[in-house]
Amino acid sequence: MLEFVLPPAFLMIFGALLIGVARPALRPLLALATPLVTLYFIWQVDDGIQQTATFLGYQIQLVEGSALRRLFATVFALMAFGGVLFAFRQSKWWELSAALLYASGAIGVSFAGDLLVMFLFWELMALFSTVVVWCGGTESARAAGIRYAIIHLVGGIILKIGIEGLLIQTGTVEIRALSLDSFATWMVFIGVLINAAAPPISAWLADAYPESSPMGGVFLSAFTTKTAVLSLILLFPGQPLLIWIGLFMIFYGIIYALLENDMRRILSYSIVNQVGFMVCGIGIGTELALNGAAAHAFAHIIYKALLFMSAGAVLYQTGERKCSNLGGLFRTMPVTTICGTIGALAISAFPLTSGFISKSMINSSAAAEHMAFVWFALVAASAGVFLHAGIKFPWFVFFQKDSGLRPADPPWNMQAAMILFSVLCIGLGVFPGLLYSLLPYPVDYVPYTADHVVTQLQLLLFAGLAFFVMLPMMRRTLTISLDFDWVYRRALPWVVGVLDTALGRARDAVTRAVLLVGANTVQLIREKPYGYFSSRSPMGRTAIWMAVLLAVVVLLAIV
Amino acid sequence: MTILEWMPFSVLVPLIAAPLCALLPGRVMPWSLAMLAVIASAAISALVLPAAVDEPLRYAFGNWPPPFGIEYYVDAVNAFLALLISAMAVVILPWARKSVNQEVPERQGPFYALFLLAMSGLMGITLTGDAFNVFVFLEISSLSTYALIAHGQRRAALLASFRYLIMGTLGATFYLIGIGLLYIATGTLNMADLAERVPEVSDTRAVRAAFGFIVVGIGLKLALFPLHRWLPGAYANAPSAVTVFIAATATKVAVYILLRLVFTVFGVEFALDMPYREVFFTLGIIGILFASISAIDQPTAKRMLAYSSVAQIGYIALAISLVSVEGLAAGLVHIFNHALMKGALFMAVGAVIYRLGTNRVEDFAGLAKSMPWTMLAFVLAGLSLIGVPLTAGFISKWALIQAAIAQDNWVAVAVVLVGSLLAVIYIGRIAEAAYLRPAPENRAPIREVGPWMMVPLWLLIAANFWFGIDTSLTLDTATRGAEVLMGVGP
Repeated sequence: MLEFVLPPAFLMIFGALLIGVARPALRPLLALATPLVTLYFIWQVDDGIQQTATFLGYQIQLVEGSALRRLFATVFALMAFGGVLFAFRQSKWWELSAALLYASGAIGVSFAGDLLVMFLFWELMALFSTVVVWCGGTESARAAGIRYAIIHLVGGIILKIGIEGLLIQTGTVEIRALSLDSFATWMVFIGVLINAAAPPISAWLADAYPESSPMGGVFLSAFTTKTAVLSLILLFPGQPLLIWIGLFMIFYGIIYALLENDMRRILSYSIVNQVGFMVCGIGIGTELALNGAAAHAFAHIIYKALLFMSAGAVLYQTGERKCSNLGGLFRTMPVTTICGTIGALAISAFPLTSGFISKSMINSSAAAEHMAFVWFALVAASAGVFLHAGIKFPWFVFFQKDSGLRPADPPWNMQAAMILFSVLCIGLGVFPGLLYSLLPYPVDYVPYTADHVVTQLQLLLFAGLAFFVMLPMMRRTLTISLDFDWVYRRALPWVVGVLDTALGRARDAVTRAVLLVGANTVQLIREKPYGYFSSRSPMGRTAIWMAVLLAVVVLLAIV
Repeated sequence: MTILEWMPFSVLVPLIAAPLCALLPGRVMPWSLAMLAVIASAAISALVLPAAVDEPLRYAFGNWPPPFGIEYYVDAVNAFLALLISAMAVVILPWARKSVNQEVPERQGPFYALFLLAMSGLMGITLTGDAFNVFVFLEISSLSTYALIAHGQRRAALLASFRYLIMGTLGATFYLIGIGLLYIATGTLNMADLAERVPEVSDTRAVRAAFGFIVVGIGLKLALFPLHRWLPGAYANAPSAVTVFIAATATKVAVYILLRLVFTVFGVEFALDMPYREVFFTLGIIGILFASISAIDQPTAKRMLAYSSVAQIGYIALAISLVSVEGLAAGLVHIFNHALMKGALFMAVGAVIYRLGTNRVEDFAGLAKSMPWTMLAFVLAGLSLIGVPLTAGFISKWALIQAAIAQDNWVAVAVVLVGSLLAVIYIGRIAEAAYLRPAPENRAPIREVGPWMMVPLWLLIAANFWFGIDTSLTLDTATRGAEVLMGVGP
C-alpha cells in the first residue's frame, strides 16, 4: 500500500557522508545541494504515516507527515542551507559534514512517528552537535564540548528510560499528547526539557555555543532547542507547568544576557529567553498559542541564525568576542551592521519583521485566555528582549565608542547568507500570510492592527529610551552591567548576583565534598600498588574471596 | 551424513588439526591449517544453528546411549554460542597473522596449535551435554590459554600466565568438587539426566553445597567481581591476537555453562530457592561500578579494555540475575554483542601496538592523523560499547533496561546508566588523545596498517552496526534460548 517515501533525514545523512569521501573540489557543491534536495523531499511528505520499518521487533514509524512537522523540517533545511552558505568557504569539511548530520537529526525528529524514532535522531543530534562544538578547535571548546556531551548524554538517558517505561506500561510509543501522570511520562518530559534548556539545566547552552567556531555557532543556534519545542508541542500541549517554566526561561535569559559581555554568549542567553516564549505558548495550549509557538520557532531560527552570523562575521574578521573591546564597526562593516540590525529588530518584534508577526500571537493567546499575569510578564519581557538583544548587541558591537578596529566586511559567501536571512526576516514580516499558511491550525489572526502596532512601538520606544538615557553612565564606566534606575532592574541583578555568589559557594562546597568522597572511593578501588582491591599479588586474595563467597552461598543455601 | 552427524566435527576438526599444526614448520603452513580448521568449524556451526533452533540435536559418542556414554546436546542456546566462537575465530585469524609475526616471531606451529586447542576446548564446553566432559574441555581450553598468554613479549606475561594458572585451577577444582557432589547425590553426569534426578534430592545438603561450589568455581572463570583479578593482567600481557580471541569468547563460554547448569540442571525453582539472584545481582552491580571506575585511570589501553570487560561481565551477571525470559535474553544478546565490540576494540588497539609498539594512553596523542581508519574504528566500537543507538551495544542495554523496568528494578536501571556514563569517560580518554591532542614532535612517522588487519577490524565494526539495526538473528535467537533455559514456550 505505502509507496516508498525517501525519509528526508536519510537523504541529508547520505549527503553529509558523501562530503567526506568526495573530492575536495566537489565538497562545497555537495554541502550546498544537500539541504536544498532535502527541502524538496520534505515537501513531498504527505500527512499521516508514510514510512515504517522494523526495529527491536517493533513496527516503528520512520516518517509521519503533518503541517506542523513539515513547518519545522522546512525551517531546519532552510537553516542548514543558510548555515552552509555562510560557512562553506571557511569551515573544514568535517565541520560541514557534522553540521549537516546534526541538521539531519533535527529533520528526523521532525518527522518521527513514534518516540523510538525520535530518540534515535535525538541521539544523532547530541553526537554531532558535540562534534560541532569541538570544531571550535580551542582548549576551552574541548572542555565545553565534554560538558555539553555529558549533559546531553544524561538527557538522552532520561528520555530513554521514559520511553522504555512507556513502552512497558502502555505497549505503545506513538507520539501523542501525554499527561504527566506516571514516572515514565515525567522522564520523557524532563528529557525533552533538558534539550529545551529549561531550568535548572539551562547553563549548558550558554556554556557551549560561544566556544564553537564562528561558523559552528550558526548551526548550534538552530536545532537542539527547537526540536525540543516541536516535541513539546506534540507531546505536552497545554501542560500548565510549561507556562511557568517558560516564564522562568524568559527572565533568566534576559537577566543573564544583560550581565554578559561576550557577544555570542549574549545571543546564547537570548536563545533561552526566546525558547521561553515558545514554551510558555505551548503551556497556554490553545490553537492560537500553539500556532504562535510554531510560528515563533520558525521566525526565531531565522533571525537568531542571522544574529549569530553577524556575530560570527565580526569574530571571524576581528578575532574579538568581548563587547567591551568592540565598537564602531559600522564604518567598515556596513553589510554586517545592517544585517545584524535587521536581526536585532526582528528579535525585538519590531513591526514589519518576522518577530512581530509570531511573538504577538503568543502574547495575544495569553490575553485571550485572560491570563493577566502571564500577559503582563510576556509584555514586560518583550521590552527586556529589546534591551538585551535588540539594542545591546548591535549598539556595543557596531556603534558605541570607536574601538579603533577597522575590519572589512566578511567574505562574499558570509555576506550572501546574511542578506538571504535578512530578506527572509523582512519578507515574513511584510507578508505574514506566507508563514501563517504553513501553520498547523487555521489562522484568523491579524497582526497589523493599530492596537498591536501602537502597543509594540510604545513598548520598544520606552525601552529604547531607557537604554539611551543611561548610556552616558555606561560609556564612562565601560562596564557591561546595565544599571537602570528602574527599580526592579537595578535590584534584580543585585539579588541575582548575591544569589549567584551564595549558590556558587554552596556548589563549590558540594563539589569539594563529592570530589573528596569520590577521590577516596577511587583510591580504594583503583589499580594502585597498595589499593586493597588491586594488590599486585592477587592470588591469595582471590582464594580468600572464593572461600568467602562459597561460605556465603552455601550457608544461605542450607539455612 | 546428516547435520546431526556433522555436528561433533565443529569440535573435532580443530582438535585434530592442533597436533598436526604443531608439527608444521615455518609461518605460512601452520596459519593456513589453522585457518582451514576454523573455517570448517564455523561452517558446520552455521549449518547446525537453524536445525538446532527448531529441535535439540542429540549425538551420542561411540553409539553409547546417553546416561552411560558422552552425549552432545545442542539447542538454540549453545548453537548460537558455538557459531559466535567459531565465527570470531574466522575473523580473528587473518587479523592475527601480521600481529603474531611480530609478537611471536618463532615457533608459530605450536602457537597456532594452542590457539586451535583453546578454540576446540571452548567449542567442546559449549556443545557437550555431559557435566564431566565440560570439565575436561574446560581444562583443555584453560591450559592452552595459559600457554598462549605466556607467549606475550614482556616478562610480565609469564607472571600473568602463572597467576591465571593458579586462580583458574582453583576455579576448575571448585567446579569439579561441585560435579562430584552431584554425582554422589544422583549417580549420573549427563545433564539431561541430572535435570530429571536433581529435583528428587534437591533438599539434601550435598546438592546445595554442589550448587555453591559450581557457582563460585564458574564465577572465577567468568571473572565475576571480586574473582576477576586474573583478567586484567592476562588480557594486558597476552599477545594481541590472543587478547582479542579470549576477550571475545572465553568469559562468554563460562557464562553459558553457568546458565546451562543453573537453569537446565538445577532448574529455575531450585535457583530461586538458592541465593542465586542475590549473589549475581549484588556482585553484578558492584562489578559494573567498580570495574568501570577502575577502567578510567588505567595506564594502557589494553588494561582499560580489560577492566571494561569485567564491567561488561557485570552487566551480564545483572541480566541473568533477573531470572526472567527478558533478562536471560538480554544477557545472551550481550554475550554476542560484547564479543563484537570488544573484539573490534582490542583489534584497533592491537593495530596501534603493531605500528607504535606501545598502547599507553598518552601515546595515542595525535594518532587520528596517522592512523585515521583504525582510530575511527576504535571510536565507532567505543560508541557501541557506550550504547549509542543503531549500534549493537544499544540493543543490549535496551533489552537489559526493559527487563529491569518490567520488574520495577530501578537500582539495576540506574546502575546500567551510570555504567554507560563511565564508559563514555574511559573511551573518551583515548578518543580525546587521538583526535584533540597533537602528536609528539619526536615520534617517527607511522603508517596505517594494511588490509590483513583492516578488513577484519571493519568487518566487526560493520557487524556492530548491522546487529544494531537488524536484531532478528541476535535478539530473536537469544529470546528463544532464554525460553529454553526458563523452560517456557514451545
